[in-house]
Amino acid sequence: MAAVDDLQFEEFGDATTSLAANPDATTISIEDPGETPKHQPGPPRGSGREEDDELLGNDDSDKTELLAGQKKSSPFWTFEYYQTFFDVDTYQVFDRIKGSLLPIPGKNFVRLYIRSNPDLYGPFWICATLVFAIAISGNLSNFLIHLGEKTYHYVPEFRKVSIAATIIYAYAWLVPLALWGFLVWRNSKVMNIVSYSFLEIVCVYGYSLFIYIPTAILWIIPQKAVRWILVTIALGISGSVLAMTFWPAVREDNRRIALATVVTIVLLHMLLSVGCLAYFFDAPEMDHLPATTAAPNQTVAAAKSH
Amino acid sequence: MAEAAESPGDPGTATPRPLFAGLSDISISQDIPVEGEITIPMRSRVREFDSSTLNESVQNTIMRDLKAVGKKFMHVLYPRKSNTLLRDWDLWGPLILCVTLALMLQRGSVDSEKDGGPQFAEVFVIIWFGAVTITLNSKLLGGNISFFQSLCVLGYCILPLTVAMLVCRLVLLAELGPINFMVRLFVVIVMFAWSIVASTAFLADSQPPNRKALAVYPVFLFYFVISWMILTFTPQ
Repeated sequence: MAAVDDLQFEEFGDATTSLAANPDATTISIEDPGETPKHQPGPPRGSGREEDDELLGNDDSDKTELLAGQKKSSPFWTFEYYQTFFDVDTYQVFDRIKGSLLPIPGKNFVRLYIRSNPDLYGPFWICATLVFAIAISGNLSNFLIHLGEKTYHYVPEFRKVSIAATIIYAYAWLVPLALWGFLVWRNSKVMNIVSYSFLEIVCVYGYSLFIYIPTAILWIIPQKAVRWILVTIALGISGSVLAMTFWPAVREDNRRIALATVVTIVLLHMLLSVGCLAYFFDAPEMDHLPATTAAPNQTVAAAKSH
Repeated sequence: MAEAAESPGDPGTATPRPLFAGLSDISISQDIPVEGEITIPMRSRVREFDSSTLNESVQNTIMRDLKAVGKKFMHVLYPRKSNTLLRDWDLWGPLILCVTLALMLQRGSVDSEKDGGPQFAEVFVIIWFGAVTITLNSKLLGGNISFFQSLCVLGYCILPLTVAMLVCRLVLLAELGPINFMVRLFVVIVMFAWSIVASTAFLADSQPPNRKALAVYPVFLFYFVISWMILTFTPQ
């Protein structure tokens, strides 16, 4: 028979007093997702490995995993399960967009802004806006370029909206899927210090596409130099956000594979922007004079051939 | 146990009394009647369980529905804080507006250009899938509006843009030119703003306060796309 003392319930007391008694104990705190946003990861520490830990928030990885497990508890066929992906407030969306526009070297977008609350609102509506921005800007730019020509009949080119939608949504969903699969595969071979969930990767890609919305609108300006400068700036910003997000995830790997991964990510991003520029926006001509001087030559040539 | 309870109106009694014994001594100065009528508030439209609508003439039925639709049109054109659109939602109005808009926006089938304006089906699908997507979005963000109420509001608020389409088609009968374009641009911008104001007046209250902008932005995008289609419509 056990002693009576063993059967007594142990009183734990207040959390603060126990923490004061034993400051190094592991604590788990459940935070309201609406109150977390501006939590900075603490003072930067010395060597590279610890910097990575600080970047990735390894000190609170237990907490984030617990939080992640707590939130998505509904089965996937209920409506509440999908509501957890839209659990963001207006200021959180704005913060994430701001984070994608201003990549600070050394700060990881996922750990700083997403913090285990990936949302699908941002990626979905940023992609939708981008689709219409590209289609409408392309249409407008073509209209302005061909404005003086007599043979040009304006068409709204509605087909291009569906083509743009296919391209953008395929990029925003299939590339993260491939990248996630690749990271999971490498993770099984090499113990990485961080792995992202699929939704976090979708989130990063979605928010990194935001810079292309003003870029697409500015592409209306029919100057080749201006367009290429815009491509470079946009690619620089969003490419650096992506590179800084995924570099810590692959740096433990073989050097060549890590470099190849990051280079592929940036290359695909560049392919998307250059491809959209080439397909939706006609090349601007130098000015309209060659078109009008060519016309009399053509009529003369046509008269001669008769 | 019964002895332990003392009746509340009897502080000074020393002898134990049965439970609730003092209740019969409590008297209320006025008699509050516990009687009345239970009435269910009658809705403005008689529902199908009332068999009297089965025997009415077809004209009555159609006119009743048309009047309801017309009343909602008035609510959209002069948006006030009222719940008519939400309480008595129907999808007739959105259907009429969507079909009218799609008929006017489609390009003629005679010319077979590869890239022209939208076809009837494309406009129809854009409007309805756009409305469904916005409704799903507002529900996922935590709004407390029902699915069909939101569809009803979004569909009815296309009315100003349909009016803009009619005006644009009339203006396009005159000669084309920059003035023509300016007039159409002005009309479409005004009607676009009107649509946004009308739908926001109905939809914004159903969202939690820190997510209002997130729910209103897709509505803005939706009406912007429709306005773009109206503005770029060129007659063949």
